[in-house]
Amino acid sequence: MPSLTPQNAAEAAEIIAQAAAENQPLEIIAGASKRALGRPVASDDILDISALRGIISYEPAELVLSVHAATPMSEVEAALSEHQQMLAFEPPDWRGLLGGGGEPTLGGVVACNQSGPRRVRAGAARDYFLGFSAINGQGESWKAGGKVVKNVTGYDMSKLQAGAFGTLSVLTEITLKVMPKPQTAATILLPGLAGEVAIALLSQALNTPYEISGVAHLPAAVARRSGVAPVAQGGAVTALRLEGHAPSVAFRVEATEALLGRGERLDAAQSAQFWREVGEVSPLLPGPGRVIWRLCPTPSAAPEVLRGINGAFASAEAYYDWGGGLIWLSLEAEQAGPDAGAAVVRGAMARAGGHATLVAAPAAVRAAVPVFAPLPAPLEALARRVKQSFDPRGILNPGRIQEGH
Amino acid sequence: MILMPPPDQAVLARRAQIVADLRQIVPGDGVIDTEHERRAFECDGLTAYRQLPMVVVLPSTTAQIVGVLRYCTEHNVKVVPRGAGTSLSGGALPLEDGVLLGLGKFKRILEIDTANRCVVVQPGVTNLGITHAVQGLGLYYAPDPSSQIACTIGGNVAENSGGVHCLKYGLTTNNVIGIEMVTMDGEILRLGGKHFDSGGLDLLGVMVGSEGLLGVVTEVTVRVLPTPPGARALMIGFSTVEGSADCVAEIIAAGIIPGGMEIMDRLAVEAAEAFVHAGYPLEAAALLIVELDGVAVEVDHLVALVEEIAQRHGATSCRASQSEAERLLFWAGRKAAFPAVGRLSPDYYCMDGTIPRRRIGYVLARMTQMEQVYGLRVANVFHAGDGNLHPLILYNANIPGELERAEEFGNDILRLCVEVGGVLTGEHGVGIEKRDLMGTMFNETDLGQQQRLKCAFDPASLLNPGKVFPQLCNCAELGRVHVHGGQTRFPELPRF
Repeated sequence: MPSLTPQNAAEAAEIIAQAAAENQPLEIIAGASKRALGRPVASDDILDISALRGIISYEPAELVLSVHAATPMSEVEAALSEHQQMLAFEPPDWRGLLGGGGEPTLGGVVACNQSGPRRVRAGAARDYFLGFSAINGQGESWKAGGKVVKNVTGYDMSKLQAGAFGTLSVLTEITLKVMPKPQTAATILLPGLAGEVAIALLSQALNTPYEISGVAHLPAAVARRSGVAPVAQGGAVTALRLEGHAPSVAFRVEATEALLGRGERLDAAQSAQFWREVGEVSPLLPGPGRVIWRLCPTPSAAPEVLRGINGAFASAEAYYDWGGGLIWLSLEAEQAGPDAGAAVVRGAMARAGGHATLVAAPAAVRAAVPVFAPLPAPLEALARRVKQSFDPRGILNPGRIQEGH
Repeated sequence: MILMPPPDQAVLARRAQIVADLRQIVPGDGVIDTEHERRAFECDGLTAYRQLPMVVVLPSTTAQIVGVLRYCTEHNVKVVPRGAGTSLSGGALPLEDGVLLGLGKFKRILEIDTANRCVVVQPGVTNLGITHAVQGLGLYYAPDPSSQIACTIGGNVAENSGGVHCLKYGLTTNNVIGIEMVTMDGEILRLGGKHFDSGGLDLLGVMVGSEGLLGVVTEVTVRVLPTPPGARALMIGFSTVEGSADCVAEIIAAGIIPGGMEIMDRLAVEAAEAFVHAGYPLEAAALLIVELDGVAVEVDHLVALVEEIAQRHGATSCRASQSEAERLLFWAGRKAAFPAVGRLSPDYYCMDGTIPRRRIGYVLARMTQMEQVYGLRVANVFHAGDGNLHPLILYNANIPGELERAEEFGNDILRLCVEVGGVLTGEHGVGIEKRDLMGTMFNETDLGQQQRLKCAFDPASLLNPGKVFPQLCNCAELGRVHVHGGQTRFPELPRF
């Protein structure tokens, strides 16, 4: 497969303009750690923008970071750590989940709108995406948004690019809002709750003013795979994370336990490891022969969604994050059948409201099964028109989200 | 002066027929055509610009909105959506040849869902109305534009409204999780819902802040948050504005994100103090108000940290509120800053640029120079946490030429904001007010891409045309495939 490797944004624009002129589709990669996410791209050529890397500007006191799109996450995190800052949406590393290796980049994180456990409180990648420069499907360099934290000048194009999986434009420079890193963190573990009891309790927790920033529930079989000893003791685990200034965390942990029940506590280091596992889906990664789904239902409906799926597939394993707003589900591929369980999963989701994405499955399955939730016809038609407004020839990551565009 | 697109004479000639047809779709008193009654809709919060709409339609059901938009698409009639009409940028300015579509009858709160921390409302519910509906449950809706008592959530969605608590709690876009909307061709779409994130392209994200150019919002699902148990405010005086800005930078660098952080300059402080007697330090060149919210332990801890930072940065005075009454008093002057400034001058013009905060000293010095050039005074209040300036230009509309001078002054301020790396508008929207300045921030390619997106939603450009973009969009022209890198190799092949 030929790989085109522009050394800067201008070269990338030329390549795309040429590809547009020749109706030649391109698969866009940077660190290539998420190539297996979404539908396989219908393209023989790869546009590898990994040379577009490096921090352009970072103003900690302004909470603003601008980077070239292919800047590795490790470099971003190192720079932010120096000033005790972070990406509040806690982007997870999915290399274990997707199994392809590679180097996660900030551009990839933004393009896939990847958020971790703190999303439930702090918002998603898209909520921190302030502005960008990009190249559209005609090879035109364009920009939108700004480099300040508050801006409503023109359409909010950043929202549209986040989660577009590179199908609308190729991001070349991105500006994000960053946040102070919490001084400390603690996690409360409540043992032995059934799923529906746990989700109701987590909902109650999110309605307190104790600023809980992680709300997950792991059934016994899943919790046992955690590398954090107090989590892996045998039973189901319901986890609540509190972060912030030390005196505040100490008070809020007490107050939360007084309200919801006492449990075991994870210290800051254990807490960090546990929530990393939750974000990286590592408790569901037992090996080959399984497919993994990511479900975003109406949170309170999550237990019912899972009941429906469990009834159909004895091999189903799952856990909840985001207080039920996120279900990670693993199915034995053979039992799930040729559609990877899509009919059952989406049937269960239809009653709950929300969407389900087939995240980890062999390429042939991802080509045959709608990976992203199918849209009602009028919305699908609008999504197509939007795609065409950026990429009229359909050359940027064609087929990545939906077949045919 | 800002020019609007020339009216379509063919539409104006059919006005009587159009009014009659619209009455078939929206019966009863929902269609307003007398000049006297239309007058109430001739402007929004940008009162210097007025235009009588061709006809006002006040539907009461989504089906009627679908009917009106379908009819207008079929008959090539422009539509301007309107909430409460509090826009400060002219986003709801009517068109002479357009239907003004008022959403004021959509006032119901449809569902309060505490388990999922959200509320489903019709677009005509006021911003504050949402908080009132849930405050008994210990919840509130976070974005709080200063017009929150009057402005509607539908308008907030259109403008992506902010408020004083944005830095910590986000703008409208960060707090709206679902909408129902109707496209110009009458299609009902649901974007988002009670769940997290979008399953495909985030069309909800681009609808919020689209200033009524992409669709008419008919239902909104907002996230509501637990009310912080307490809050305290600090009132800190500085002998220079730079000193106050440095203090803000240091607070953030120390890892503190206050619920609110506001700076007022001397003229704004003097006006506010004379108006509400909040005990503001009149000797200060700048007053910084910092509010910390959360559990009491946290608030007290952070108040002490902020006091220490303020002292280190040469604060000339520093008072922390000791009671809720005192906290509200500290805020009273800031909240009354606009009417207080209004007492200094018959008219004022409120600007809304955002700058990187570190440039505040330079920007204020340049503004002082401009005051000399234009012979007009400026009072400054701004959302210090996010660098969002609200310069208030004092003028007298009864003096010929003074409004134009104030507008030109305002434009110069906004050009300056862009020059130092900022943006034209932080929360008020582009509307007509900043439309002709879009070129200072975006080039033709940038704007062309934005307008092609508009074409995907509204190919005939009938929805709120003349706003946001300096040139009307011709979708056929914009839609042409441009070939830059070379010649199309197989011109006979079908494209797309």
